[in-house]
Amino acid sequence: MLGGAATAFVLASTLAACGGGGEDSATPVLNWYINPDSGGQATIAERCSEESDGAYRIAVSILPRESSAQREQLVRRLAANDASIDIVSLDPPYIPEFAQAGFLAPVPADLADRVTEGVVQSSIEGSTWNEELVTVPFWANTQLLWYRKSVAEAAGLDMTQPVTWEQIVQAAQDTGTIVSAQGRRAESLTVWFNALIESAGGSVIEENSTDPDQIQLGLTSPAGERAAEVMALVADSGVVGAAFSTSSEDTSATQFESEDGGFMVNWPFVWSRALSAVEAGTLDASVPDDYGWTIYPRVDAETPSAPPYGGINLGVGAFSDNVDLAYQATECITTDENQAEYMITNGNPASSVAVYDDPEVQEAFPMAATIRDSLELAAPRPQTPYYSEVSGGLQREYHPPSSASPETAQRAAELISAVLSGEQLL
Amino acid sequence: MTQTTLPPVEKTQPVSSPRGTISDRSRAERKLGWLLAGPAFLVMLLVTAYPILQAVYDSLFSYRLTDPENRAFNGLSNYWVVLTDPLWWQSVGVTVLITVVTVAVELVLGFALALVMVKALSSIRPVVRAAILIPYAVITVVSAFAWQFAFNIQTGFVNSWFAWLPGIASTTDWFGGTGTSLLVICLAEIWKTTPFISLLLLAGLAQVPEVLQEAAKVDGATRWQRLWKVTIPNMKAAIMVALLFRTLDAFRVFDSIYIMTAGANGTESVSFLAYRQTIARLEIGLGSAVSVLLFLAVVLIAFLFIKGFKVDLAQARGER
Repeated sequence: MLGGAATAFVLASTLAACGGGGEDSATPVLNWYINPDSGGQATIAERCSEESDGAYRIAVSILPRESSAQREQLVRRLAANDASIDIVSLDPPYIPEFAQAGFLAPVPADLADRVTEGVVQSSIEGSTWNEELVTVPFWANTQLLWYRKSVAEAAGLDMTQPVTWEQIVQAAQDTGTIVSAQGRRAESLTVWFNALIESAGGSVIEENSTDPDQIQLGLTSPAGERAAEVMALVADSGVVGAAFSTSSEDTSATQFESEDGGFMVNWPFVWSRALSAVEAGTLDASVPDDYGWTIYPRVDAETPSAPPYGGINLGVGAFSDNVDLAYQATECITTDENQAEYMITNGNPASSVAVYDDPEVQEAFPMAATIRDSLELAAPRPQTPYYSEVSGGLQREYHPPSSASPETAQRAAELISAVLSGEQLL
Repeated sequence: MTQTTLPPVEKTQPVSSPRGTISDRSRAERKLGWLLAGPAFLVMLLVTAYPILQAVYDSLFSYRLTDPENRAFNGLSNYWVVLTDPLWWQSVGVTVLITVVTVAVELVLGFALALVMVKALSSIRPVVRAAILIPYAVITVVSAFAWQFAFNIQTGFVNSWFAWLPGIASTTDWFGGTGTSLLVICLAEIWKTTPFISLLLLAGLAQVPEVLQEAAKVDGATRWQRLWKVTIPNMKAAIMVALLFRTLDAFRVFDSIYIMTAGANGTESVSFLAYRQTIARLEIGLGSAVSVLLFLAVVLIAFLFIKGFKVDLAQARGER
């Protein structure tokens, strides 16, 4: 049904363009499959079509909202050698799978140099598989530690210095406020767990391989056990609010906007969300004024944290008839001007470092510098063609988060290994 | 008092017709029948038999969609993996639980609603019937979202409306535990499909001959006796059809679970397991094996129902 809707959308937009523009019918149309946003990618597509001077025209098709559902649709189409997929907006964890399966056209070497210049490190890593750039970095996301200034002050917590999870929980307990994180059994749980284990100096995958039987997991390492410990500590602290085991990013944002809000780890969309709530009159203006932000909390006081990395990178379909034009288009889409405007209008942070010096960006996002610094520290989720197995296994065993323990690590490692070698269901 | 049904009507065979042969007329009728039903039969084969056979074939391979080169025949080992996995048996348990609970509750509720509809004043009957049918017209995904929002701790009204009940507070997390999650899933299913059962039962009720009811009344049977000895035995075929359809439906439950819990807290059904292996993991072989087992379970249910109820469907349709 979604496919039908997407097709209808493509048809509609194609017809509209033909009717209004009076363009040459020979202009190649590039189909760009985008994740849903506030219309920013469609605007960029229009602008790049115009700037191409008739070389190409970009038509956008909207994918499902959940990133796992986006992957499911794209994988099925690409496995069937769908030539209509020219450009895709890809969530980074799925990029190795696409690259390994040969679904992405190789990035031209000269273009690879140009599109990685001045780009934050985590975004380059997220676009790379087997030491080769396979996608074009577009926008890069990271989670910050958000806090209510009044609460931090009341708890006597110095937020100019890095803080640990223990300190946050303690401060929330002292002030009777809520620590918001994502405990739902979904991708967000993997995001949280991965940030914890990376912050503790470990990795979910210690020895990577394209052979599923050769993948070595790091869950039972000291860092893995420490990650489980911190997860359970937060979940059991009594300050995570009711229904922690079903709380999502949106739940967290709502909690943080309420009068009980204290601390929260979340993506920067919460800022635009609060401002629009003020505009709509459903939130008091004093609430976002009380928002503070800093780098993601540490697991150990001495080790810098490794915040979650997300965002979208652009891949070019291997079966596209217009690979060269499509790569040309990705270069237009990811210019600094487009990234800056996309950040301001849609709230999605840029992957280009220079954008953060843009005064307009700094005005719209007072936390721009923090986002940039966080992106430099951020660690991608495990890069493997078997990502959905790894993430699914983590979600099965580490949910509910209050149950996380060293035994959980053992069970999860066994489950994921068995699933990877095809001996168990997930 | 014994059960009372009308004796089956035997068609009288013409004495002159020779046994074992068919007349030209019936041969022509049979041919016409094939001509009329043939295209539909072909389409059915194409859209149901072909995918089923394809799934059976795929289930014998180790086959990942993103890695077609390494596709390898591995016999029945996918079935071995599925049947020895505790997760499979847990999913079967959850599916059976949901099926039994929802179908049982729906049958009782649906029957009560059918009785109301059949007894309701004839002037308002169409309105009652339409009103009762509304939930069935709602798309399952939409109804699942509606129930999820209702029970959600932040957006829901259930906690504040029913806080006076013991065990429910403003912090009750319905989707945080297995029992409560399954309760909400069952409620949503029951709300949505009771109308379907009641409509089928209404059709059955309408078929119960009024003469039998009157005869029973004359004999001094109470309402309760008439319900158990006259009404229900006479609508056995309708009950079976309703139960069979709903059981098969309930056994394939997917949407509500996908929306409400996404399988968390051990609420996965067999369909959900098939979805996860095939669509999320892209393990076509393993997923096909789960689907084939689900298909066999459905066939078994249908077989048991038809045997268990000893109802001849051809008779129910009035062919004999």
